[in-house]
Amino acid sequence: MSDTPNIRFRSATEETPTARWVLIGLAFAGLGILVFAPLIAVFVEALADGVTASLKSLASPDARDAIRLTLTIAAIAVPLNAAFGIAAAWFITKFDFTGKAFLITLIDLPFSVSPVVAGLCIVLMFGANSALGGWLVAQGYPIVFALPGIILATMFVTFPFVARELIPVMIEQGRAEEEAALTLGASGWRTFWTVTLPNIRWALLYGVLLCNARAMGEFGAVAVVSGKIRGQTATMPTTIEMLYQEYLSVAAFSLAAVLALLALLTLLLKTALEIRHADQLAATHRH
Amino acid sequence: MHIEIDEISKQFGTTAALHPVSLSLPSGALVALLGPSGSGKTTLLRILGGLEFPTSGRVLFDGQDATGLSVQERRAGFVFQSYALFRHMTVFDNIAYGLNARPRASRPTRAEIARRVTKLLELIQLPDIGARYPSQLSGGQRQRVALARALAIEPRMLLLDEPFGALDAKVRKELRQGLRDIHDTTGLTTVFVTHDQDEAMELADLVVVMSGSSSGGRIEQIGKPQDIRARPATPFVRDFISA
Ligand SMILES: Nc1ncnc2c1ncn2[C@@H]1O[C@H](COP(=O)(O)OP(=O)(O)OP(=O)(O)O)[C@@H](O)[C@H]1O
Ligand SMILES: [Mg+2]
Repeated sequence: MSDTPNIRFRSATEETPTARWVLIGLAFAGLGILVFAPLIAVFVEALADGVTASLKSLASPDARDAIRLTLTIAAIAVPLNAAFGIAAAWFITKFDFTGKAFLITLIDLPFSVSPVVAGLCIVLMFGANSALGGWLVAQGYPIVFALPGIILATMFVTFPFVARELIPVMIEQGRAEEEAALTLGASGWRTFWTVTLPNIRWALLYGVLLCNARAMGEFGAVAVVSGKIRGQTATMPTTIEMLYQEYLSVAAFSLAAVLALLALLTLLLKTALEIRHADQLAATHRH
Repeated sequence: MHIEIDEISKQFGTTAALHPVSLSLPSGALVALLGPSGSGKTTLLRILGGLEFPTSGRVLFDGQDATGLSVQERRAGFVFQSYALFRHMTVFDNIAYGLNARPRASRPTRAEIARRVTKLLELIQLPDIGARYPSQLSGGQRQRVALARALAIEPRMLLLDEPFGALDAKVRKELRQGLRDIHDTTGLTTVFVTHDQDEAMELADLVVVMSGSSSGGRIEQIGKPQDIRARPATPFVRDFISA
């Protein structure tokens, strides 16, 4: 039996070379048309009149106010959602109670509700025509067409990101380490800071990054509640839309490029996390 | 410390985990809770440690009612089935955790903590692994670190849930002797859960045989290993130890 027949084994999941190249080609074509081309177009349009024109449009008061407002919103909404997300995930994974499945579904609600509808709900609840909104306006604390409303809308839309990232990780880790800390004499608070939080830190950072990207980019809900008042309640996405409607394309695309750069930065950090700490992230376990 | 369990029962919603059980564990005894899966061994151990509260009945430590004591106040050295080492801390920090968690007034100094941790690492015969992380240890080493961590708080009793469950036969034998030695040097009342009757018979001074049913776990017999072997009290015990 010296002449072993030259058989090439192919695994069951392996495609023929042609099929493989067609699929890879399709994937790249899709990515190119849907992702890369628009991204490049944004930068090309932004720089259509040169770098100086682009930078000058970004230095205009409206653009600067929009950037400042968007960063402010993210700086408030993201930490709050991180705190709520941790609390929700902790409650869901460390305690047994009836209605748990329902609560998990509820957390996902913002993903299935259209942001515009969410914005309208906030207007209905807190607008000057509602009892609560009217009273708040009389006290000098308007919600709608003001910063609180925008933050509420942003928080609603981005609520699931942190909790969804944490819940699977915390379920997988179980309660044993927390219980061990308690038997060793640690208080619940100390256990949270020294055991729970360090164990979820990378998953938390991952969730916060996703939440942040969405918070800065949110358009629909914010457009409804903010009233888009220039210099006051116009965020980056809403300002971009307004500039574009006014045919100020360099200004619109310059601002859009800044937003895209922020998103790319988030993506980079996210990928770095995935490479270094894949074992501690829910996203990499799910598929 | 003398442990008295007085008519303890436990319900989880509609599932009965423990039928009322009573048990008296003399101070300094090494006790095995032996029984098939689902007989309520873990539940009973967790009730002793304060991780679970009984539906009815009392727990007495040295004659004092301890039923309402919180898990921190129990000061029970608890070794979990999966060891539950803190994965993001070194072995040293794992063992020092309980000492660092003490209120400032009773917390030993840094140097004293280091001295005690070093001593415990010697006790478990792993003097050189302080800087490692749990993921860098073998199963047997993890088990011994978990034991050292539990001993660091100067516990009033030692509670171990299937301490040798996940280990191969050879390591099991070694660690059995290790537990016996640590029990004999510390003199702590020690309760360990097992469903391996050889382990219970070989290691324990007192064996508690438990059985499970839909109305909850029960105690079938309490006695010295040789007495249980010689005179099984119920048909269940006879079947279980001859299996
Ligand atoms: N948290 C819980 N919620 C609901 N039921 C539980 C819970 N913990 C235990 N039980 C039930 O209580 C009974 C006793 O469980 P326990 O874990 O004490 O058994 P065990 O003797 O330790 O078994 P094993 O040898 O498999 O570990 C089982 O029927 C179990 O399903
Ligand atoms: Mg058990």
